[in-house]
Amino acid sequence: MVTVKAGLKKKLVKEIKVDVDKCTGCRSCEMACSAFHAVPKYSSLNPARARIRVVIDESRDIYVPIRAGEYTQAECTGRNIYTIHGKEYSECSFCPACCPSRDYFKEPDSGLPLKCDMCEDEPPLSEPMCVQACQQDALTYVEREELVEEQKPEVKLEEMEIVFEALVKKHGKKKVMDTFTRLSKS
Amino acid sequence: MRYAERGYDLEIDLSRGGIDRVETDPRSMELYLGGQGTAAKLLWDRVPPEAEPFSPENLLIFSSGLLNATPVPGATRTSVNTFSPQTSLMAHSLMGSYFGVEMKHAGYDKIVIRGKSPDLVYLWINNGKVEIRDARHLRGKGTQETAALIKEELHDNKVQVAAIGPAGENRVYMASIDHSHASAARGPGPVMGDKGLKAIAVRGTQDIHTARPAELFEICLRLSKELYDNPNVGDWMAVDEDDSFHHDNFSWGNARVRQKVWSKELQERWTKLKYDHMDRQTGCYNCPKKCHNVISWPGRKRFSYKCYGKDTYHMAAFQELDFSYDILGVAQELGLDSYSTPQVIAFALELLEAGILTDQDFPGMPSDVRKRYFYLLDKITRREGIGDVLANGVYWAARQIGKGAEKYDHNTTKKFEQLPIKLGKVNPAYFLMIATGEKMSITQIEGSFPQDPLPTMEQRQEFVKNWVAVPHEKFKEWFLRWEKRNEISNEASCAITDWNEAMHYIDDSLGLCGFVSSFRGQFGGKTGYHVWNIPQLISLSTGLDFDKDKLWKTFQRIRTLVRAVNVRRGLRRRDERPPEDHWAVRDEKSEQKLLDNYYQFKGWTTDGIPNKETLDKLGLNYVSEDFIKRGILTGNESTPSKETSNGQAKQ
Ligand code: SF4
Ligand code: SF4
Repeated sequence: MVTVKAGLKKKLVKEIKVDVDKCTGCRSCEMACSAFHAVPKYSSLNPARARIRVVIDESRDIYVPIRAGEYTQAECTGRNIYTIHGKEYSECSFCPACCPSRDYFKEPDSGLPLKCDMCEDEPPLSEPMCVQACQQDALTYVEREELVEEQKPEVKLEEMEIVFEALVKKHGKKKVMDTFTRLSKS
Repeated sequence: MRYAERGYDLEIDLSRGGIDRVETDPRSMELYLGGQGTAAKLLWDRVPPEAEPFSPENLLIFSSGLLNATPVPGATRTSVNTFSPQTSLMAHSLMGSYFGVEMKHAGYDKIVIRGKSPDLVYLWINNGKVEIRDARHLRGKGTQETAALIKEELHDNKVQVAAIGPAGENRVYMASIDHSHASAARGPGPVMGDKGLKAIAVRGTQDIHTARPAELFEICLRLSKELYDNPNVGDWMAVDEDDSFHHDNFSWGNARVRQKVWSKELQERWTKLKYDHMDRQTGCYNCPKKCHNVISWPGRKRFSYKCYGKDTYHMAAFQELDFSYDILGVAQELGLDSYSTPQVIAFALELLEAGILTDQDFPGMPSDVRKRYFYLLDKITRREGIGDVLANGVYWAARQIGKGAEKYDHNTTKKFEQLPIKLGKVNPAYFLMIATGEKMSITQIEGSFPQDPLPTMEQRQEFVKNWVAVPHEKFKEWFLRWEKRNEISNEASCAITDWNEAMHYIDDSLGLCGFVSSFRGQFGGKTGYHVWNIPQLISLSTGLDFDKDKLWKTFQRIRTLVRAVNVRRGLRRRDERPPEDHWAVRDEKSEQKLLDNYYQFKGWTTDGIPNKETLDKLGLNYVSEDFIKRGILTGNESTPSKETSNGQAKQ
């Protein structure tokens, strides 16, 4: 019997490769993401609720698609300005955080954080929806296996928990609990 | 719930600072779709024909297309409509990129502007929050510069801005409205300036709903791939470096000289020039094509161009592509349209050469021709000296200058500069399109039926084999039998013109881009959109049942209404003349016969006025009543002998 070396396990890593040189700024990825994550599915369209946004600055020729990552409560203390091939990007051009410094990756009405879930669905999609929508191949999907050291499972906050955590931070525990109790009664 | 459209217009009164959100009549979507269709209805209802373009009563309307912000790929066009100071008739202008989509997400189908602000202002629309803000600090600023300053001021880089440059502020007739990599040229810029409106900034974060979303989404995802793969759609000039077509066939200078200049050497040199300076190609919202070339030119601001815009300046000045790259971004920043502006300048320099204008009219003008273009851009933008006259376009400038200058105005129709093309023999459908097109621009009406016959029967058969876009089989027969450009029946010419026009009216109301639809069928036949697949997209988006016949009738209604709007402002048959030298070989009698046939085909009187029967059949009774009241119609006009629809005569 072949055994994986003790203490190691296989992990599926999903990647979206982003080629900013190929991006045309069409924002089909934003549109498609918002449709796919609407409830019920496809029932509405709204790039403001997309979990991928394209940072566009025409005057500096910047087109950077970024996917929503973790929620962060506070802005960074400092920012970096990167110059790549003579073009100036701010750190935020690449940052996936749902951060108080900007309104990306927040539900426009409630301000609740949004996070990219790689379109995990039953049955699974062949590729995440933004990748399917991008005709330019600026976004490509790759799956690979990695051997990683077996560790205690990291605390994986589910979407709902992230939302609650954000609400609690914003309004305080008591208000959230009261609202929850009130809503669950009605 | 209202699907695809939002059901609200934003009404702004700049004289009184009034801001209203007004619910619209749901029936108007079914009757006029959206975009320029519903805009024409507003212009008919609300602007009396006596209203001067530069008067507070004139409306300036920004309309999203009905399918903007739905998943339909390439539904990107915002239409801007008003009455043009140059022609006094309805101005139709379309711009791409993101504006109409953002407007819709903000909750509005249209932004309707009336009145005049006493001082320069801009409009800030953030969903339900709308403000008229001071723009005095933006006076004289360029179009891109204005957008950047507004984004900074609002601390929001997702805002979409449409702005005029100094040319618009100074009511230059060639002024455009610029947004991102798109431009609403040919008409509305000076009206925006006259109203004291420097810019509109929009930010929208609301949901858009469609009637059958899942089905629509799936079809659109597939369509998007199809459009990407289809080499017939999009702007070939963005990707194909062989531009012998324009350079060898269009006229240089003031639409004067045809010269064969194209060579392998030139093509290679220009291709290198382009790729040495091109940052990337970009596309409009949710479109798989990328028609905008973004150029960084040393010492100039980064700019982008699309289509024939890249040729107009150097061809007018008998220069090369590097000159266009040098001047185009500057002109765009001033907010000047790249079609008419170089023609006006070339016209002025011709008058100088002819001695009609003299050196005194151009104080301090350099001798180098390239520098002269920059000099005149500046004079025109500022309406300074001779620039004040030239800023009114070739037609009016010629009449103001007099002394025989009128003779040099040889390329306008309805007072409007045309593409610089001069040909030998008449293509009858082109005669009709140039004579009768309300947009007064050939590229905004041609496109479904090929421009020229193919030489061999085999090629023609090959062409028609997969020609699904034809509304009727008859078009295939006509094309198969067509051998010489000028030899095609009047019957066919009328139907071809009608079909070409139909696709544009449909696109301009739905917000579809001509590059994936109306303009592209002529080259290879397989376009993205046509009368057979559009109805389904409308039905799934709006929940209304549309089919080809209903779509066609809707086109006829919108088209007839646009004509009525212009007829009420005085447009008549006498105005419908292509430039006298457009073709070398002319035959007045057969041209007039053709025009007669076309009016009859359309259900118009011999003077080009839609008759009562035609109007009533399309549900435009309010127009026929108005025409009779005003004495434009008696109500007893002879009716066309045959009822026609879809290019086929019904018995
Ligand atoms: S769909 Fe692709 S090309 Fe378009 S904006 Fe998104 S990443 Fe860029
Ligand atoms: S075809 Fe070109 S111009 Fe038209 S919407 Fe697409 S990118 Fe824009």
